[in-house]
Amino acid sequence: MQINKEKKIKEIDQEIEKLKELEKREKISLDDAINALMERKKSLLNKLDFWDRVFLARHPDRPYTLYYIENMFAEFTQFHGDRLFGDDLSMITGFAKLDGIDVCVVGHQKGRGTENKIERNFGMPHPEGYRKAARIFKLADKFNIPIITLIDTPGAYPGIEAEKRGQAVAIAENLKLMFKLDVPIIACIIGEGGSGGALGIAVADHIAMLENSVYSVISPEGCASIIWRDASYAREAASNLKITAKDLIELKVIDHIIKEPAGGAQNDPRLVYDTLKDHLKNIISELKDKENLKAQRIEKFRRLGIFK
Amino acid sequence: MNWFSEHINIKSLWIKCKSCGSSVFQKAFIENLYVCPKCQHHHFIPVYERIAMLADKGKFKELWEDVSSEDFLDFTINQQKYSEKLSITEKKTGNRSAFIAARIRMNGRNVNLGVIDFKFFGGSMGSVLGEKFFRLAMDSIKRKRPLVVVSASGGARMQEGIMSLMQMAKTSAVLSLMDDAKIPFISVPIHPTTGGVSASFAMLGDVIIAEKGALIGFAGPRVIEQTIKQKLPDNFQKAEFLQECGMVDMVVHRKDLKDTIARILGYLCK
Ligand SMILES: [Zn+2]
Repeated sequence: MQINKEKKIKEIDQEIEKLKELEKREKISLDDAINALMERKKSLLNKLDFWDRVFLARHPDRPYTLYYIENMFAEFTQFHGDRLFGDDLSMITGFAKLDGIDVCVVGHQKGRGTENKIERNFGMPHPEGYRKAARIFKLADKFNIPIITLIDTPGAYPGIEAEKRGQAVAIAENLKLMFKLDVPIIACIIGEGGSGGALGIAVADHIAMLENSVYSVISPEGCASIIWRDASYAREAASNLKITAKDLIELKVIDHIIKEPAGGAQNDPRLVYDTLKDHLKNIISELKDKENLKAQRIEKFRRLGIFK
Repeated sequence: MNWFSEHINIKSLWIKCKSCGSSVFQKAFIENLYVCPKCQHHHFIPVYERIAMLADKGKFKELWEDVSSEDFLDFTINQQKYSEKLSITEKKTGNRSAFIAARIRMNGRNVNLGVIDFKFFGGSMGSVLGEKFFRLAMDSIKRKRPLVVVSASGGARMQEGIMSLMQMAKTSAVLSLMDDAKIPFISVPIHPTTGGVSASFAMLGDVIIAEKGALIGFAGPRVIEQTIKQKLPDNFQKAEFLQECGMVDMVVHRKDLKDTIARILGYLCK
């Protein structure tokens, strides 16, 4: 939700607090006034439009991949490096236990605070990030461990070094590789699903999306600066691109929407971790005995496309 | 003949090279496959001339030419609907999509050929491109024919939103089946190949043959310059630079393209 709306809700909250104090102090009932404010808050929260969701998906307090890992899994064991060039800190890979089930976890990692943001390159991987993911995907496949990916990136990094080391090749090879894995793959978009940089770890048998996350072929700003030649048309671009969970489930690009608490995941992260965890457990048990997963995965993506 | 008509005549008969500025007799320029004979700069070549250059004479059968795009997002830019822009483009190019799929013969060998038409929405990949690519590759597997795809693309078809992103996965999916079937796929990125096309099938060739001077990359130069806030070196993302970086198997002159592909297919098709 946009800053204005978020501010307004905070003001309502403060107002309610004040009234409650007053109630206590003066031993009177202000139920009617409080309820009216609650109603106003509720209607503000219910009226989240696509642009509010872009704001929430990028909210500075939104939980990032490592928080999910810490709160949904046990015994997380992180693996580093692509054995070719280096260790990309904007991509986390490792194994963990999901209530006793072995899983492989791969996800984009954004940073909090200036220093940490730079260290994580704002969640934008270089080719070595995708190659690290590929290495761990193969490891998981070899030892029959289901894969969970958490998507949260503005996009793959567009820079000189990234191009030199083959950003396009790294992403492309991941896409093909993920159609060759025999183990179940479950992807969840937890924040920003930014284009090829997101898709590079998002080819899956089941794709879930948090209610206030977005998934798009291009950032609204990028689309605006290409089509309108002016990034300030981002809102218009976002409205055209249809990037919310609700849009994408209608297009059958995703399979499930994870509910978020009112006002976004940052307001009650525990609830989101628990909801997602339950969902992951259900889907893993659903997928683990399925045969021909690979062929079904290919079929799932073959069906994506609308034409005459 | 007065000066005026002579001038007009000269204008239509001569082509000015975009790179070195020299004037080239139009007929010679076209016979030279739109390559400047003086500086060897490779100019844009219309899509059907590209096909004629690769296919043996008369050995060309186009497939699924009627498959066309739909404006399923109701995408509107400055009051112009995608559907309107589509019909204008269809009229202008005479094609219904940015991807020409065909069965051809190449130096006597049966080959499935796909060519992206850069004049159709900048060769961008939407649902139709993904679908025709998928079908062409499946046809390759069924008929045990190698697949050759010539790409020139600005990336994803933004007007199809997330669905255009999904075509990257869809085209890569069918290439995993090509691997299983051991059917060769030769990718030929030409100028320019960036974005969703380069980050999917164009860089997944068993062999990748880049055309001389072609710009090939993940992000376009403008985006990179905006991100890093500095000018890029001249040769950056050029085919020759990609070969230096180890990202393409070879860089070839347009006149050698057909024979090079045919020779490599000789090794790969048994
Ligand atoms: Zn020249």
